[in-house]
This record gives sequence, C-alpha cells and structure tokens, in this order.
Amino acid sequence: MSTTTTKTEVTLADLTRMLRESAGEEEGVDLDGDVLDTPFIDLGYDSLALLQVIGQIQREYGIAIPDDAVVDAETPGALLDLINSGQASPA
Amino acid sequence: MTATATATPTAPAVRPAPATAPAVRTTAVVTGLGIAAPNGLGTEDYWRATLAGESGLGRVTRFDPSQYPSTIGGEVPGYVAEEHIPSRLMPQTDHMTRLALTAADWAVADAGIAPGDLPEYGMGVVTAASGGAVEFGQRELQNLWSQGKQYVSAYQSFAWFYAVNTGQISIRHKMRGPSGVLLTEQAGGVDSIGHARRHVRKGVPMVVSGGVDAALCPWGWVPQIASGLMSTVSDPSRAYLPFSAEASGYVPGEGGAILIVEDAESARERGAEHVYGAVAGYAATLDPAPGSGRPSALRRAAENALADAGVRPEDVDVVFADAAGTPELDRAEAKVLEEIFGARGVPVTAPKSMTGRLLAGGAALDAATALLALRDGVIPPTAGVAEADPGHRIDLVTGAREADLRTALVLARGHGGFNAALVLRRAH
Amino acid sequence: MVRRVVITGLGVVAPGGVGVKEYWELLTAGRTATRTISFYDASPFRSRVAAECDFDPAAAGLSPQETRRLDRAAQFAVVSTREALADSGLDTSALDPSRIGTSLGSAVGCTTSLEREYVVVSDGGRKWNVDHEYAVPELYRHFVPSSMAAEVGQEAGAEGPAAVVSTGCTSGLDSLGHAVELIREGTCDVMIAGATEAPISPITSACFDAIHATTPRNDTPESACRPFDRTRSGLVLGEGAAILVLEELESARRRGAHIYAEIAGFAARCNAYHMTGLKPDGREMAEAIDAALDEARLNPTAIDYINAHGSGTKMNDRHETGAFKRSLGDHAYATPVSSIKSMIGHSLGAIGSLEIAACALAMEHGVLPPTANLHEPDPELDLDYIPLTARERKTDTVLSVGSGFGGFQSAMLLARPERSAR
Repeated sequence: MSTTTTKTEVTLADLTRMLRESAGEEEGVDLDGDVLDTPFIDLGYDSLALLQVIGQIQREYGIAIPDDAVVDAETPGALLDLINSGQASPA
Repeated sequence: MTATATATPTAPAVRPAPATAPAVRTTAVVTGLGIAAPNGLGTEDYWRATLAGESGLGRVTRFDPSQYPSTIGGEVPGYVAEEHIPSRLMPQTDHMTRLALTAADWAVADAGIAPGDLPEYGMGVVTAASGGAVEFGQRELQNLWSQGKQYVSAYQSFAWFYAVNTGQISIRHKMRGPSGVLLTEQAGGVDSIGHARRHVRKGVPMVVSGGVDAALCPWGWVPQIASGLMSTVSDPSRAYLPFSAEASGYVPGEGGAILIVEDAESARERGAEHVYGAVAGYAATLDPAPGSGRPSALRRAAENALADAGVRPEDVDVVFADAAGTPELDRAEAKVLEEIFGARGVPVTAPKSMTGRLLAGGAALDAATALLALRDGVIPPTAGVAEADPGHRIDLVTGAREADLRTALVLARGHGGFNAALVLRRAH
Repeated sequence: MVRRVVITGLGVVAPGGVGVKEYWELLTAGRTATRTISFYDASPFRSRVAAECDFDPAAAGLSPQETRRLDRAAQFAVVSTREALADSGLDTSALDPSRIGTSLGSAVGCTTSLEREYVVVSDGGRKWNVDHEYAVPELYRHFVPSSMAAEVGQEAGAEGPAAVVSTGCTSGLDSLGHAVELIREGTCDVMIAGATEAPISPITSACFDAIHATTPRNDTPESACRPFDRTRSGLVLGEGAAILVLEELESARRRGAHIYAEIAGFAARCNAYHMTGLKPDGREMAEAIDAALDEARLNPTAIDYINAHGSGTKMNDRHETGAFKRSLGDHAYATPVSSIKSMIGHSLGAIGSLEIAACALAMEHGVLPPTANLHEPDPELDLDYIPLTARERKTDTVLSVGSGFGGFQSAMLLARPERSAR
C-alpha cells in the first residue's frame, strides 16, 4: 500500500458507511438509528460481511485488525472499541 | 434413528425391497419461464421483439472494445440491478448472478409457486455455467495483482465460481432438494433441463433449471477471441449470420433463461396456472477426438432425443438450431439436419441471431423460445439472414412463420465436442 | 430390473505420490503431505501451507503437446484416466463408444492456467482492457473447464454424455453420483467418472485468506490440518485427481472384472442457508445421508466406516458430527470416522472422488485410513475419529460425505455387491 495514514478515530458513521459499501443494508434495518449495541447478526450481517468490512477498514485506515475481531466483536460498538482502543496496530 | 448402542450388526442391515413397483414414469413439464435477453428483458418483451425480428446486437458498451478485433455483442437492455436484487446481495454478486436471480424470481412467479406450496426438499436447482462470473473474477484478479491480497473481496471465494447461480437461487427460494451445476459450454442449457427432468423422474416435484451467463468484460472477451470463432465484422446487422453465405463467426451475448421443470401430476395438483409444454426427449453425446477419423456425434444426439421422446423425424415441426455461425460448423449442422429430416424437410430457425450466443444461457433461451413458439403457433425468425447459403439444404425461417406446432427439437453444441438435443412437446 | 453400478478401476494423482499404490501407502501410514507452499511466494498470505503434488507431466506419461495444451488439473485427470482404465482391464475400443460416458468434477476449473495467463495479458494487473495479442491459443479451453471433460472422454474413447459437474467442494461426490445415474437409467454402461483440481495459486490463497478459511498454522506445515482436533484452525488447500471406471454390475461380472465396491446410494441436498456458512445441526447433510440410505435400502446400522468431509474448520467438524448423530443415532458412536484431508489437504472439487477412491481401497484391504494430527480431542466432538494410526477392520458398507460452498451437501454409500440382492 502506498497511502500514508495518520491514525484517526473510526466513528460509528464511518463504520455504517463502510458496512453499506462492503455488505449492503438489510431490509427493515435502519443503520442510522441507535445501532451501537445491536448485534451484527440482528443488523443482518454475517461473518462474511464482517470480514469484508474489516478488510475495508484495514485498507482505508492502514491498520491491522486481529483475526479474532470477527468472532469477538459482536456489535458495532465492540468493533469500534477494538479498533480505537489501540488493539489494532499500524499495518 | 432406531439404531441401538450395541451397534456393529453381524448381518448387513439391508432393507427388504419395497412391496410396490416403482411409479410409472412421470411427465416433466415446464410451468414457468424467466428470460433476460439482449433483445428483451422479461418474457413478453423478449418474445415480442423476437417475433418482430428485432436484434439486440450492437457495439459493446460495458467496456471499450475498440482495441479488439471483435466489437459487437448482445447486452441485456434496461436492467437496473438495484430494482431486483436486495442491497445485502449486491456486493457479493456479479452481473451474471443478478440476472440469474432475477430470471429465477420471474420463473418462480410465472409458475405461480408460492413459498410453502412445495416441500423444501422437493425443490431443486440445476443450472448450466461456462466461464463463471467473469467480471467479478477479473476485478478481484486485478485487485490482487495490482494492489495486493488485502484488496481481494471476501466474496471472491464463491462469487465468481461456476456453482454460484445454483447456490444463490437455492438460498433465495429456500430450495433444499437435489441440485447441480453442469458445464458443457453452449450445450449446458439443454443439459440442465435434461438433468432437471431426471430429478423429476426420481420423484422431485419441481426443479429450477436453465442457464444465465454474462461474460461481457475484457477477461471474458479475450479468451473468446483466442478461440478463433468470433466474428470480426463490425456492423451489428452483419456480424452474426448463421447459415448464411456470409457467416463469419459468432457474436457473444449475455443473459439466458430459467425454466421451472415440474412433475406434471404435481403441477396439476397444485393448480399450476399454465403448462408451456413437456420435456419429451433428451440426449447428449461427445464428439470423438479430433483426428480420430470418427464422425461427429451431433446426429446421434438428435436421433437419441427423438427416440427418447418416441417421435419420428416427420413429427418434428420446427428445429431450433445451434447455429454456430462459422461456415464449417454451420455446414456440419445443416448436414445432420438433412440426414435426419431430408433436404429442407423441416423449418429451421436461429433466433439467437438476435441475441448472440449466450454461452451457458444460450440453449436455455432456445428451449424457452421453443416453448413460446409452441404456445403461440409461430416460428420466430433467423434475423438478418435473407436466405440460407444454398449449400445448406435447410428450410431456414427468415421471417416469423405461423404454423401448427406440436413438437420442437432444440440442438446445442458446446466447444470441445459437446452435443445435446431436447424434444419439447406442446401442452394439450 | 434395477441396474446396479460398481467400481472396477481406480486412478489417482494425489499429494505424496502419483498412482493408487503410493496414495494408499501414504494414507495407511498416516503420513501427511502438507507443506509450505513452493509453487509461488506465499509469504504475503495469512495461510502459507498446502498439500502439493510432486507431479512431473513427462514422467507421468504426458507428451510435450499434452503438457502444453492442458491445464494442470486436466493433466491430473488424463493421467488418472489412463491408470483407471488400465486398472479396470476394460478394452474401451471393443465397446460401443456411445455407451461410455464422462462425468468430471471440478470446483474451480483451470484456475491455475487462467491466473497465469491473466497476469500476462493484463500486464501484472495493470490493464482492465486485457491484451488479446498476448493470449495463448489454449486460453478459451482454460476459460471453459468443460474442456477437461471432453479431454477425459476423448482419451477414453467415450462418445456418450459428457459434462463437468461443478458444485463447489461436493463436485467430486456429485460427479460420481451423476455417473451412477446415467448407468442406472440405461443411458450408459460404462462411465469414466471422477474429479480433478489444481487450485493452489495466489488468487485461491487470497480468497481463502479473506474469509479465514485456511489455517494460519504456518510454523508446522506437516501437521497444519487437524480435523476434529481441539486445536484445528482451518483447512489446508490440496490438489489432485481421482478417476474411477464405473460399470453396470452384470456386465462387469460377465467380463470377470475386479469389483472394488458397489456405489449403492447417493443423494445431494442444499442447505439453502448461506454460500459459505453451516448450521451446527447438520440437518441438510443428515437429510442427504438418509436419502442415500433409502436409495441403497440400507439401515444406518449397516454403516461400518464413515469417511468424513473433515475439513478441519471449527464450523465444519461440528456440523458434520451433528449430521452423523442425526442420521445414525447411537450407531454414530460405534462407527469409526476419519478425515484423510488431514494428510492430503482439501483439493476442493477433487476431494470427493479422492475420498471415494480411498473408501474403495479401505474395503479392498480391510484397513481404515486414520485422521492424522489428532492429538487433542475436542470435547464437543465425541465420535471415534481413528486418531493417528490406520485400523484393520473388515468393512462392508462405507459412507462418505461432502459439504461445499453454495450450501451443497452430498452423501454416498459404497457396499459389497454380494450383500443380499435387491
């Protein structure tokens, strides 16, 4: 990757944008609502969708997110905590 | 689940033969169609255009073809995927699979099958494929080789592969019965319908069959150029003229047809809205190795399909030809038709002259077209061809022709030596 | 009169060796053929292990022309076809070619050749409008993997129906099931049937990486694939081919053919659930097993060995253990189960046929191949998985199952033809 990255905080709005781009939006789900603690599965996202969006986050932000994130982070809030708490390392 | 914990029986636990004889061979009928073709999206649009001789061929717009010797293709017009495909499926599907899902939705709706009408294991899906979802695959190859492995989609593991249409259709309609994917290049559409009939005969009430293909991207185009069989004529109205003296190769197109093949009895029981016709006969063969000196097996495929249907050549009212569009392959097919039916012994047509050859979708669309012809008593034309090369002693239909049609023969050939033939009979 | 179908010839190309003899030696020794990928620089990838074949086309009998024309998967298939025909003792030139059919499984076709040629015509991925002037004449054959079925059929002098069956990782079982069907319905008397795959290439590594399907256990490549083990962490890619000669039972008997086993039952189902995911209960796989038992008219208690899909992913091994219990009930606990993927990796579309070849050999020799690398049983998986060492056991009825992307679930039963007639 040639992009130089400065460490920025990933917000919920960033995450929902990337979820839409990477995995689409389930009918009947309002991603703009209060989804921080809604399990991904209830938002219509399976592990493939999470892998796809984690891939996008890693590319856009130039960070490496641990493999276990897809299993451990069950909600948008948990994923954001994991990314922003420094557990993700610069790629 | 009656096994005991002691297990390891001393005698094989063979069950007695069933008391009743196997059921009488069932009739497989087609009760639903879904069509996406370069000259029409949806069955009625397509059929109207086809009878009017309206071609869907033109200069390719899905990519810039100017650097290639071949520039003409058949693109499905007016298809807006977002109107048909749920948002969640968009990132994980290629254009090909979206068209296939849409055609399958239409076919299921056309057959009037609502969720719960049939048992989940009583519905199967058998589709044909040729080169997979090529455009998706090209994008991911490009991501990998130009940017690196972290740019490859998580959906690449299945989105490009040959089984994707069958898998996605089965998921969308919760069809859990026997399913499959057959690859015989352009013959695959016929093979999928023949295989669907096989499942129906074994007791599966309904099988979604056919094929939808789309390889209109550079990585789908260049291999076809390498085959040496593509037309290099740049006038869309002259590029693909099967059986004409000007035949110069084929034009590729995208799209195809999905057909609902159903057990006639089961269709009657659930009150199917319409029956287009019966899958009366099917056969497939493989040509011998080039240079073996043995003849092509196309004739045997056609004859076996007729025998399977229990019809004589004189019972056939129309032939939907493979119509490869190269002089040599056209000659071989015309010769087989003459051998079976006599010189100009049966009306022969190639409506694919208006769509181009659709790879795995082509023969499925021909079968669907033949069923529409049987329904309406009219033979669609081979567009753009004023008359057949007199060297081909066939009665080529060049303008829509009304006729009392009861039985149609569909011929299909796949690159490398595949031959398949399907006999369709009008519903009574 | 029901036409029954038997296996009368085997041909194999597998990691660890070319030919049936080497294959069986590897499996019964419990030796693994998984190693660090050598075909290309795998260092960028999360998973860098695979079970590669040391395959020399010339040594395997292919001419320079064949080697140039054919994708690696097609090469495997042709070499295996020759071995299978020789093993069967069948003189196909004395048969009616129209009664011989071809059914070849493959999930990803000629992917190795396609990727290699893509890199050339795209100038290393730089061009979207790839350059036709650099396209090799064989490119279209690679583009449509149906070409491999034509190649196998023409090699065998078969002029009956031919097709590639491509149902992801169940292709190798489904292609055999398709072949059985063609003999049973009377279309063919002989089928050249099996499957081939040569998927070990960067794009395959990349796409399995992207979904964490392949193991990241790169430090110990020889024990990287650990089906049913508590420490299992994903599948290991493999490659290879197995071709079987299938014949109608009575005509095989008339010519005095050696019969390995009857393919007594087969069924395929879809989970209609997810393109890659599996539910732990294994309901649709169990449904396929039940339907295969019905077709074979066997009760679950007849099964005395299960050759598992056993891919070594967390999800799969739970899913199919669930399916075995669902279909076999308590008998599941008394039935030895093993996964040869622990030794030869997962060759996607080919593996189902390689596993059926192993099942036929297990019945022939009275030896069950083990699950290698199974040192730490997973408490959730409580069946007898034949850890580490092969087991002598007379075996009359074998179940083999497969599970594939697309939701495909398939089950096949082999039995001795002399069990009470139907």
